[in-house]
Amino acid sequence: MNLKIEEKSDIVIIFVKEERLDAHNSGELKSEMQGLFEQGKKNVLVDLKEVRFIDSSGLGALVSGFKNAISHQGSLKLATLQSQVKSMFELTRLHRVFEIYETTAEALENF
Amino acid sequence: MKENAIEIDIRVPNQTRYLSLIGRIGEDIAKELGKYQGDRETLAYHINLVLTEAMVNAIKHANAGDPDKTVHVIINICNDQLVIKVFDEGQGFDINAVPQPSFEQLEDRGRGIFIIKSLMDSVAYTKIDGGNVLQMTKKLD
Repeated sequence: MNLKIEEKSDIVIIFVKEERLDAHNSGELKSEMQGLFEQGKKNVLVDLKEVRFIDSSGLGALVSGFKNAISHQGSLKLATLQSQVKSMFELTRLHRVFEIYETTAEALENF
Repeated sequence: MKENAIEIDIRVPNQTRYLSLIGRIGEDIAKELGKYQGDRETLAYHINLVLTEAMVNAIKHANAGDPDKTVHVIINICNDQLVIKVFDEGQGFDINAVPQPSFEQLEDRGRGIFIIKSLMDSVAYTKIDGGNVLQMTKKLD
């Protein structure tokens, strides 16, 4: 899976550089987020700008990251969701769980 | 086969690497539907998604991740109706016993069947000789 990781002040940004986030590749994103929180990182932003398609496994990986954040007293936020991806969060009510921002910059201001 | 009917029959190894291939085929079919009046991009996404969810169900749960098994998919469009059948070689399960995901308790898993049922008009999972078939139907008029 192609992930680009950047750190801005105390926030780690994971850019998911894949068109699909599905059962084939979402395990790697889950492990990456878990590793970051275990290393002591507190603030993680997942940028989904390039993700056109997400399935229940992709959503599950993000839920896992969210729960990991809480158990490490950290936070996980999402940015730049494409419209069909956003509609999957709405269908599964996960838009009520995650803080979702239109742009990466806006998300960074809200940590 | 009836005039203007489309039927596509695909067999792939029981591996998640083939999800995107099958999903893409589903999207391309949605874009070929001559008379469909609704939002074609959304329909394409939904077909991709239900195919992906049904295949993952077959690959990981029914076929228990065995790479030597096969997933068989038939996509049929006829009389303004889309029918997708996904065959597995596993023990099967009771689709009606799968609970709706809890929107209060945050679980990593358990949204696949809910997504399929939400996006399709009817869904049935039936035992057949040598395995099971998940049949999903959507009206296209």
